[in-house]
Formats: sequence, C-alpha cells, structure tokens
Amino acid sequence: MIREYTTTVEISGPLMLVDRVEGVAYEELVEIELPDGEIRHGKVLEIDSRMALVQLFEGSSGTGIAESKVRFLGKQVELGVSEEMLGRVFDGQGRPRAPFDTAPPIVPEKMMNINGAPINPYARDYPAEFIQTGFSSIDGINTLVRGQKLPVFSGSGLPHSAVAAQIARQARVMGEGESFAVVFAAMGITFEEADYFIRDFRKTGAMDRAVVFMNLASDPAIERISTPRMALTAAEYLAYEKDMHILVILTDMTNYCDALREISAARKEVPGRRGYPGYLYTDLSSIYERAGRIKGRKGSITQIPILTMPEDDKTHPIPDLTGYITEGQLILNRELHKKGIYPPMDVMESLSRLKDKGIGKGKTREDHADLFNQLMAAYSAGKDARELAVILGAAALSSLDQKYLKFAEEYENRYISQGEHENRNIEETLDLGWELLKLLPREEMKRIDPARLDKYWPVSEEDGPS
Amino acid sequence: MIRGTIDKIAGPLVVADGMKDARMYDLVYVSDYKLIGEIIELKGDKASIQVYEETGGLKPGDPVEATGKPLSVELGPGLVTAIYDGIQRPLDEIRKEAGDWITRGISIRGLDHEKEWDFIPVAAVGLNVTGGEVLGEVPETKIITHKIMVPPEVSGVITWMSEAGKFNIDTVIAKLKAPDGSTVELPMYHNWPVRKPRPIAEKRAPAEPLITGQRVIDAFFPLGKGGTACVPGPFGSGKTVIQHQLAKWADAEMVIYVGCGERGNEMTDVLQEFPELEDPKSGEPLINRTVLVANTSNMPVAAREASVYTGITIGEYFRDMGYSVALMADSTSRWAEAMREMSGRLEEMPGEEGYPAYLGTRIAEFYERAGNVKCIGGDRNGALTVVGAVSPAGGDLSDPVVQATLRVVKVFWSLQAKLAYARHFPAIGWLDSYSLYTDNLKEYYDEELGPEWVPMIKGAISLLQQEANLLEIARLVGAESLSPEDQLILYTARSLREDFLHQNAFHEVDTYTSIIKQKMMMEVIMHTNAEMKKAIRVGVSPGDLFELPLKEEIARMSYIPEDHLDDIESINTHVISQISDLIEKEQTA
Repeated sequence: MIREYTTTVEISGPLMLVDRVEGVAYEELVEIELPDGEIRHGKVLEIDSRMALVQLFEGSSGTGIAESKVRFLGKQVELGVSEEMLGRVFDGQGRPRAPFDTAPPIVPEKMMNINGAPINPYARDYPAEFIQTGFSSIDGINTLVRGQKLPVFSGSGLPHSAVAAQIARQARVMGEGESFAVVFAAMGITFEEADYFIRDFRKTGAMDRAVVFMNLASDPAIERISTPRMALTAAEYLAYEKDMHILVILTDMTNYCDALREISAARKEVPGRRGYPGYLYTDLSSIYERAGRIKGRKGSITQIPILTMPEDDKTHPIPDLTGYITEGQLILNRELHKKGIYPPMDVMESLSRLKDKGIGKGKTREDHADLFNQLMAAYSAGKDARELAVILGAAALSSLDQKYLKFAEEYENRYISQGEHENRNIEETLDLGWELLKLLPREEMKRIDPARLDKYWPVSEEDGPS
Repeated sequence: MIRGTIDKIAGPLVVADGMKDARMYDLVYVSDYKLIGEIIELKGDKASIQVYEETGGLKPGDPVEATGKPLSVELGPGLVTAIYDGIQRPLDEIRKEAGDWITRGISIRGLDHEKEWDFIPVAAVGLNVTGGEVLGEVPETKIITHKIMVPPEVSGVITWMSEAGKFNIDTVIAKLKAPDGSTVELPMYHNWPVRKPRPIAEKRAPAEPLITGQRVIDAFFPLGKGGTACVPGPFGSGKTVIQHQLAKWADAEMVIYVGCGERGNEMTDVLQEFPELEDPKSGEPLINRTVLVANTSNMPVAAREASVYTGITIGEYFRDMGYSVALMADSTSRWAEAMREMSGRLEEMPGEEGYPAYLGTRIAEFYERAGNVKCIGGDRNGALTVVGAVSPAGGDLSDPVVQATLRVVKVFWSLQAKLAYARHFPAIGWLDSYSLYTDNLKEYYDEELGPEWVPMIKGAISLLQQEANLLEIARLVGAESLSPEDQLILYTARSLREDFLHQNAFHEVDTYTSIIKQKMMMEVIMHTNAEMKKAIRVGVSPGDLFELPLKEEIARMSYIPEDHLDDIESINTHVISQISDLIEKEQTA
C-alpha cells in the first residue's frame, strides 16, 4: 500500500515533518516528489500517532512545504545485489556513479535491507586466518586476520589513501582456491582522492575484484549515513552467499560521524561529547560489528575503516569510540612521516587484538609471536635510549643503550619503511626481524622461548657467555 | 493483562497509550511481533517502554500487552554452560530457530524444559523449611552439583517429597504446606526478578583471596572472595584479556561472564576456548563452570542495560547454593551508556556528561550485590565476587562511570596505555593501583604462605616506588652516576617488572602461576637483591654484578612449569655461588 501525503508542516535541515499520517512504520522508506518531478528519498526517524519525522538522504534544498508529495513505500531501505556488482562504481544509494561508471544499473538478483541484522555471537567463528597485506609493519607486528575490523587512525596530510590503496592492491588470503574481493566505500572524500583510488584500482587490475561506493564531498552529507551500510550489504551478499573473502575499506569515517552529528543537531537531541550524539557508540558498532566469520559459511568480511583524527587527537570521540569497538587500530604517526618513513606506522601505539590466533605454526611461522614480543620490547628500549641521548648526548649512553639506539634506527628505516610498490611476503618480514635483533646482545632476548632462540639464533662459540 | 496501543516510536523507546493500570518495570510485549520490553516511565495513561529488540517497522496503533510481572530469569538446572543474550534467551536456541542472524520476536525460555535431569532428594517429609533450604540435588556437570532450593520468600512444612529419578524441570519435586494453609508445589526451577537482589542471611568481610594465577593481582593487589574490583583503562590496554584471564583461572567454583555491549568476536573467543581449557583445580573443561551472557554492541541497546542484571541474578543464585562465584562484567561503561541513551530519549534532565543523575546510585546498587555471605536456609557460605571493566572516554579517569565505580569498589587495577605500548602485560600500573583487602587477607597469607610473604611484598612495592623517583634523577644525570645502592634498586626493580609483573597470557605455562610459584619467584628476586646488596657493601662493582649469568636464569623463571618448581629452588643456589665468587674475588684482590 502506497500512501501519498501533501501535509508537510516543517522542513529544517535534512528533516521534514509530515502531519496527519496513518499506518506509517518506524524506519520506513519515503519518496518525496518535488513539483518538477524530481524524486528524493528519505526514511522515517520518529513516528507518533499524528506525525512522521522524515530524514532526507539528499538534503532538503529545493523542497517546499506546500508542493512536496510524500509517499511512504511500506518497506525499509534496500539494496539490489548481484555478482555483477564486481568492477562497478556506485553512489551512496547504490546507483551507478558517473563519471566513474556510466554503464546501466545492475539487474539485482535480490533486494537486501541495508541495516542488516546482528550476527548471533553463537554463530560466529573466531577470526584466525592470516591476511597478508605485504606491509611488514602490519603482517609482522599488527597482523590482520580474516573477519577482523582493524581501523587506520590517520591525520590530515598523512598518506592514509596511499596505504589504503596499497592494502587493497596487495592483500591476499592464504590457501588454495579462495576467492577474494574488495568493497570500497568512500564517504565525503574529494573528487581528487576518488579519482586517485579508481585510477590506481584500474591500473593495477584491482578493479576487477572490487565494488566501489562513492559519496564525494560535494554529494549530500546525509547520504553518507547509508553509504557504509550499502557497502556492507554488498559485502555480506558476496561473503555469505557467494563464498568470497571480502575486505571492506571505509574512508573516511570522520565524515560519516559528522553527518550523523548533523542529523542529531537538526533533531535538537541532547549532545554528548563534542556535539556528537550519545548513541554514537551504538551507531558505529552497527557498522563495525558487521565484520566477521560465520560457522559453516565459507566467506568472511574483514573491515579496514579509515578515519582522520582531528588534531591527531586519539581521545577525540570518533577514534576513541572506534577503538573501543574495533579489534585494534593502526596509527599513522606524523613524526615518522616527517622523517620520510612510509608507511608512517606507529607500531607502538598500533595494535591488532586478534593477531595471537592468526599467527604461529601453520598460520605464519612458529617463531612469529616471540619474535613480535622481542621486537616490540627492543624498539621500546631503543626509543627510551633515543630520548636519553637527546638529554645526555649519544656519547654518554651505556654500550647497551647505544646498541638499542642503533636498533631503533634500523628498525624504522628497514622494517617499518618500505616502498609504495614493495610487497613483502611474511617469510621476508620475519627473517628481517631476526636480522635486526642480531644487532643486540643475545642475552637481551628475554621474550623468546629458549628452545626457539637456539633454533633461530644458535649459540656460536664467540657469542657464548665468557 | 493490560492492553494498550503504540503512540510513538523513537529508536528503542516506545510510548504506549491506555496503560493506566500498568506498573513500573513490568514486562510488556510490543506489537504483533511480541517484542519484549520493560516499562521505565509512567505518565497519566502513557507508559514509556524500553524495547529489547529492533523497533524498525513498528507502527502507531500496534498493540501493547503488559504481563503484570517484572523482567525475570529462570533459575534451575541447565544454566551451566549456557550462553544467553541480555534477557536470558539462549543464543544457541535462537540460532536453531532464526539462523545466523538475530531476528525479532523470538520467544525462547531461558531453561530447557524438556531435558531430564537426575534428581536426588535430600530433604524429608515433615521438615519445616524456609527460603533457600535445599530440597534435592542435581549433578549438573562434573564440577557443579546444582542444589534445588526452596525459592526465597517461600516457606512451609514438606508434605510430599519426590523419589530420586530423572525429571524435567517442570516436574514437581516437593509440596509444602504454607503457613497460610495453602499447598505450594515446587518444580525444579523458579523465577526471580533481575532487578531485585536475592536475600541473604548475613554479609561478612572477605577473608580469603580469589587466587587468579595472575602475579600482579595475587601478589600486589589481591581481590577477596566476595569482593569487588574495577579495571578501567583506555582501549588497547588489555581490559578484556584480564577479564578473560580471570574467567579462566580464578579459583571460583562458578564463573558468570557478562559481555555487555562489547565485541562479538570476543564472545566467540570465550565460547571456543572454554570447552578446550582445563580448570587447573578439577581438570574439567572450564565451560562446565561457566554461564555466559552476551549482548554485543550491535545487539539492541536496551537489552544491554538488562544484561548485567541478568548476569548478577544468576550469580546470586549459585552463591545461594554455597558456591564461590565470580562475575566479570565487560564493560560496565556500555551499560552506563545504555542508561544514558534511554535517559536521553525520555528527555530526563542530564547529569554529568549526559549520564542520568541516578548513574552513581545504579552502579553502587549493582556492586553491593557482591559479597561474602552466609546463605539463607541452612548452614552454607557463599561468595559473589564482581569485577567490572570500565572503558572511560579517552582513557580519562575523571569519567563519571569510573568515578562512580571507584567510590564503591575496593580494588582498583589501573591499566596504563604507556605500559601497553611497551607491551608490558598485564598493563596494571603498580604505582596507582590499590587493594583495600590486603589487611583482611593477612591472616590467610600468614597461614598459607608464611609470615614472611606480606613484608616481602611490601618490600617489593617499596622498591618499585623508589625506582620511580630514581628514574627521574637518572634521566637527568645518567644511571651510571647514581650510587651503587641506587643502581641496585633500579636493577632489582627492573627485574621485578620484567621477570615477575610481566606475564604472557598467551604462553601455555606463563598464563597461570600458582601462588606457591609466585612466592618462590618473588623469593629468588628479593634474595638476589639482598645478596647483591651484601656484595656492594664489600665493594663489588655493580656492573660486574649486573652482568652475572644468573640474570638470564631469573628471566626464564616464569616459563618453568608448575611440576618443575625445584628448578626455581636451584636458582637460589646459583645466585649465592655466583655472587659469593665475585665477593671472594673482590676480597682477594
């Protein structure tokens, strides 16, 4: 049943209040016809026995109180999905996005509600399969696994786009016969950035196994609310119905949150920290928690949301709440970037919570966990030594501290740093780790199991205790 | 049954008309989907309802039914090993019915009413019983004997008692003649409202530590059985790993793990690990002493609010059987946020940072349900220990949830980002954490570990405090310019940090350290300290001492398995011989 109303009484920001409605459901999809025949979309945000509050996806400019016809469509927001989506570029509402994609719309195999439903925790399978990104600072230190959500915390001017494109290009899952694809959702990015991604994907062939959803900075902000949900719906279809491993890259979540704040402000809700709504955590979790693996299904969804921290402040509500939901975070560091290190990965503050089950024997290599712990401890000691050297001068350091200092330098320049087209496999990453540790005395290897140390660093005559 | 209709829908809040006769916190069914909700405000004939499921698609005019009963849980055999959502619906059954995603309007009871259990009566006809008295027993798992008790607030003379046999939980196993002359039939289970604490006979101060196998906790900041603790920390500082470690290794007889608004994968981790891991005491799979309540962050926010109450009510029920129960709630901040969200939708006047003004009261009420108690109905003692994780915004401890929690709990494990970055885990800071149970537990320690334990720990903590001061000086003048004694303090403190406090949760041996091994490790470190002090006094250079090979042996202590503890003992002899060699050299030179 379609019901049409012309009883709009108020338009404010992206919100429209429609009076004397009947039988309208919460979250129902709405179509608004303007006098010139233009169709806009929206959804019901709040409803009582008289009035419906409608949120307009494309914004309210040009809508009028008197002439707008409002139709309630009796269903929630849906996305038409099919395997033809691969290789295509869509806008925030799932329509082909010119100028990147001028082909006709896809023929959907089915329609799916873009809000999804929470995965039953009992049905989840624990992420434990390694994904190789080709970055030593990720694979060796903050390992990504299938079904994980691992955001990149960046700042303005840092090369997160290059990192994201490189991950999209290089990422692969181990094992034979696994099919892998990337779903890329851009919220509020500039045309230049969008162009960079599309060009890079086309040039490297990554586009053939990618689905892209684009909402540019010039597109309606409110559309950003649905963009990531569209992308995740496409990902769920490909992962759970077509058995593919999907990597979802969402950029830039900060723009998404700002759109959410815009709506909250228009609704005159009590604001939480920095004006963001109190339900920001719950709302973000309804996006991030859609990553995962499900028992008995072959595919998986791995998420890399990217966000720019205002003023590089990790305690800003967006990175803060994201960090509480996601399974770790990769942090890009301005100091390293200034030193010319790419990727400027702050390995100390970065963390992958799920790495422990995705590394080791049968996954990467048996020595991975110990090696990781030792590298981290050594780098930390090296950074302390560097601080000390600033105060006292390098010459005043003890011989051990000098070795640590040297280690930290080498670690940054050879392990963290790598080329934009350098794809290191996990063996190379691990071997490089051992090579660097040998800059230090053997008895400093406190975090490594003795048997394993003997295997990878045999005690030779010269190194033995004197 | 009170029937009304929906007037307004805004997220998880539904306002219904025609609810004049309903009562606060009554359970209601909303719309034809029969979504479960709870009344949280009454105004005239309008009732505000927090709905525990997705409200998309509801319409004004849809029916609302109030049951006249508060939100309750079913308590009886079948709880152990279960995994529930926030309102005690078994997630495994939901999956059978609805598939891999949670859909709406699924109504499944908390306990399996078909399954038959072995019932053994222990009470006899003619006995005058009151609430809490044990009528019979059901061996539920190899470690947990489920005691079938007279429900609290019920009493009378037993007029009939069932024989031993295999029954489902609906089967009446006893009949009582109540004081008012009526007959009460008691099945194997009963319902209890989640927001009402179960009664106890008497509350006592905790007198025994909850041994967790985590060195920094057991040695430095112990938690008493029946006590309360809070673990606040920024993300990535290891709150969840600590909660998991406690759920795995704490020497409680029952563990209730409440995943409140946290990650789905973390619950899966628990679900997959616990059947595999062995309880160090009984050797049985850990899952056989565990109940899980999982309301992940993307599940409906109102049910998140209920989940901590569901968890603690189940915990109290096992406490009433005389068990030592440990409840972990991860994270109470998400619970508080759920309160804030509902409060905002009700347009209540906000307190600090938008949290409702009653935040502190609710938190205090929750932690007060913990305790070391004498149970009602018989001579049993039980304990319910509560450990709450707090996730403060930006890791800032001035967060209202942290502050409200610190006012009521007795143990504070302060997680520090700085330690976490240096991969020092558990990242519990030794300078600002505290435990107010140390005095209560002194008697226990003196008896179990000998009178030397408490002073030894005090000595270790004081070394770490001195280290903090010395490090500042060392930063300015360099460690080499400190006096040999001060250099030794830095050396020993570092050894305490790296070889004792640091513990690898993912190493099969290091993940759990018995209290005996903890004492031996601590003795080695402090003994080394004392011997080195002697050596320094006779003029041995600190540099020579710190290069001794014993250093490496001490660093490996934590990896020595529990059945090879003699190896730690022998380190002590190496320490003496290596240091006395140096002393001799110094004296002959």
